[in-house]
Amino acid sequence: MKINKIIISFISAAVILLSTSVVSFAKVVGDKIVLGAAISLTGKYSSNGVHTQNGYNMAVDRINSMGGVKVGGKTYKFDIIYYDDESNPKRAAQLAERLISQDGVEFMLGPYSSGLTKAIAPVTEKYGVPMVEANGASRSLFTKGYKYLFAVLAPANLYLDVAIDLAVEKNNGKGVTVAMAFEQDAFSQDVRLGVLDAIKRTGSKKVIDDKLPKELNDMAATLVKVKQMKPDVLVVSGHTKGALTAIRQISEMKVDVPMLAMTHCDAAKLSKQHGKNSQYALCASQWHKTLTYKDDFFKDGMTYDADFTKEFGYAPPYQAAESSAALLVFKDAFERANSFDQKKVRDALAATNMQTFYGNIKFAEGGQNVDKPMVLFQVMCDDGGKCENKVVAPTKWASAKLIHPIPSWSKR
Amino acid sequence: MDFMVFQYPMISVQACLDGILLGILFALIAYGMALQWGVMNIINIAQGDLVILGGYIAYFMYLYGIHPAWGVIVSPIIMFFVGIAIYKLVINKVVDRDLFISILATFGISILFMQLMNFAFGADVVLANSDYGTTMLFNSNVVLPNSKIFSAFISILFAICLVIYMKKSKLGRAIRATAQNARAAKILGVDTEKVYAATFGINAALCGVAGALISITFTIHPYMGLPYTIRSFMIVIVAGLGNLPGVAMSGMGLGVFEEFADYILGTEFRIGSVFLLLVLILVYRRFKLSRKREYLK
Repeated sequence: MKINKIIISFISAAVILLSTSVVSFAKVVGDKIVLGAAISLTGKYSSNGVHTQNGYNMAVDRINSMGGVKVGGKTYKFDIIYYDDESNPKRAAQLAERLISQDGVEFMLGPYSSGLTKAIAPVTEKYGVPMVEANGASRSLFTKGYKYLFAVLAPANLYLDVAIDLAVEKNNGKGVTVAMAFEQDAFSQDVRLGVLDAIKRTGSKKVIDDKLPKELNDMAATLVKVKQMKPDVLVVSGHTKGALTAIRQISEMKVDVPMLAMTHCDAAKLSKQHGKNSQYALCASQWHKTLTYKDDFFKDGMTYDADFTKEFGYAPPYQAAESSAALLVFKDAFERANSFDQKKVRDALAATNMQTFYGNIKFAEGGQNVDKPMVLFQVMCDDGGKCENKVVAPTKWASAKLIHPIPSWSKR
Repeated sequence: MDFMVFQYPMISVQACLDGILLGILFALIAYGMALQWGVMNIINIAQGDLVILGGYIAYFMYLYGIHPAWGVIVSPIIMFFVGIAIYKLVINKVVDRDLFISILATFGISILFMQLMNFAFGADVVLANSDYGTTMLFNSNVVLPNSKIFSAFISILFAICLVIYMKKSKLGRAIRATAQNARAAKILGVDTEKVYAATFGINAALCGVAGALISITFTIHPYMGLPYTIRSFMIVIVAGLGNLPGVAMSGMGLGVFEEFADYILGTEFRIGSVFLLLVLILVYRRFKLSRKREYLK
C-alpha cells in the first residue's frame, strides 16, 4: 500500500515536471512570441525599472492590438515573462539563465541600467539569444564584440559631448575651459570619456576633474573650486542624486557658471523638485516628446506622451520611450527574418534600419545605435515659476533658443 | 594631490566652516549612538537607516505643504516611538548577549529598514527645500547655505537640552546609573528594562532630528544610511562613550578632516580617507593601550 503511494506520487511528480517543461520549452507558444526580461522591480533601480516595464507593456499592447507580428503568413502576438532582479547584477544573471534554460525563452529584452545589462549580456551571448536592450548605455557594452546584443539608445560617451561643442560654438569656435564632476560608476565615467574626447577635439582645456563617490551627497568642495577657477562650462553626471545635489548646492552657494550641463535631469524631476533654481540647466536626453520622428504604431512623440500619460498617469521619461522602441525593433526584425530561427533573427536585427517615434535605429558592429543623436534640453521657467524642458540642441530639433550665458545669481 | 586649498586662504576658511557645520550634525547622530552603546552595550548598525527614516518624515511634511523645518519637532516624536517599538520587538532579546549578536540583529534591522523604505517611499532620491537662502562672508568669498547653519544650530540646541535632561531628570539619572553599573542600578530599584527602552527611543529621536536636518541640507534615499552609521561609529571610537564634548570635538574634527581630504586628495577619496583615519586611530589606540599595560607591569 505504502509502496504504491510512493510510486504513484513519484510518477505524478515526474509527469508534472515533464509536462511543464514541455509546455514552456518553446519560444513560440501557439500564436505567442514569448520574450523574457529581468527587470528591477524592487531595489535601488526600482523607479526606473518600472518605467522600463511600463514602456515594454505599452508597446506589447499596442503592437498586439494593431495586428501583431506576421511571420510565415501567420500572425503572432508578443508576450513577456518578467522576473524581478532586485537591482542586483548577480540575481539578474541568474534570472537570465533561468529564463533561457528553464523557461525556454529564445529572445530577450534588456534590464534597466548598464550594470545589469553587463551582467546579463555574457549569458545571452553564451546561449546565442538575441537581446534588444534599451537602458544600458555604457560604452564597454559595445566593445566586447558581443554578437547578440543590440541597444536602441546612444552610447554613454555621446551624452554630454554635445554640450562642449555648443559652448565652443558660443565662444566663436575657440576652446573653452571645462570643470567636470563625475560619479565613479561605469556610466558616468563613460560620459566623462566622451567629454574628454570633445575637449581634445575642440582644443578646450579641463580645469577641474573631480570624481564623486557613490555615497556622497555633498559636492560643496567641487563647487568652491568652480567659484575660484571660473570655468566656461560645468559638467556633472552622477545619476539623479548628482543632478539634485548639484542644483541644490549651486543655488545655495550662488555659483555662477556660464553653462551647466548634466545627465538624469528628467529622472530626477529637476524642475519639479527644485523649481526655478534648476532654471538654465542643460540636460542630456535620449529622447524628448517634441522630436519629430514618426512610426506607424505610436505616431510621434507627442502622441506617445499623451497615450502613455493616459495609461500610466505620469508623463513618460525617456527610459519608457526607449523601452517601447525596443519592441518595435523586435517586431521589425521578426518580420524581415520571416522566421524564429535565432541566427536569422539576429542577422535581421543587425540589418535594422528604421525610424520609430523614439528616433532612427541602425546598429553598428558593436550593437550600439549610431543613427540617433542625443538631444540637449534646457530648463526654462516662466515668471509664474512654471518650468519646462525645451530642446535647444542639436539645432535641427531645437524648439527654443539656448539661453547663454546663464545670468548670474545676483541678477535673477 | 591638489594644494589649491592652501594657495587661496579663503578656500581654507570655507573648508573649515563647511567641515565644522557638517561635523556638528554628525556629532548629533554619534551622540545618540554613544548613548545607547554606553548604556546597553549595543552597536547599532541601523543608526543611519533611522536617520534616513527621520528624513522621510520631514520630506513628507514638505510634500504636504508644511515647512520641512517643523520636521525637527515632529520627526523625533515619531522616531521615539519607532525606537521603542524596535526595542520591544528585537533589541530587548539581544541586550544582554554579546556584542556580535547585537551587531547581527541591528544589521538585520538595517536591511529590513532599507527594503521597507524602498518599498514604501520608492527608490527616487528626494530632498526638501527650505528656501533659507545663503550667508555670504568675507566679500562673498565664503558662502554658507543658511540651511547648514540652521542644521548646526538645531543640533547644538538638541544636544544641550539632552545634556541638561540627563543631568537633572529622574530618567536621565536612571540612564546614567544603568550605564555605570546595570546590576547595581537594578538592585537599587531602577527599572532597567524601562531605561533601555527609553534610551533606544531617545537615540532614535536624535536620529529623527538629524534626518530632518539632512533632508533640508542634503538628499535622502533609502540606501543612503550606511555612511552615517560609519561616521558616527568613527566619532564614538575616537571620543569614547558618555563624553559629549569629546563627541562634539571629534565630530567637528572629522568634518574638517573630510573637507580637507576632499580638496587635497580629490572627492573620490573623501569617504576612503574616513576609513583610513579609522584604521589609523584603532592602531594608535591599541599601541597606546599596549604601552600602558607594559607600564603597569
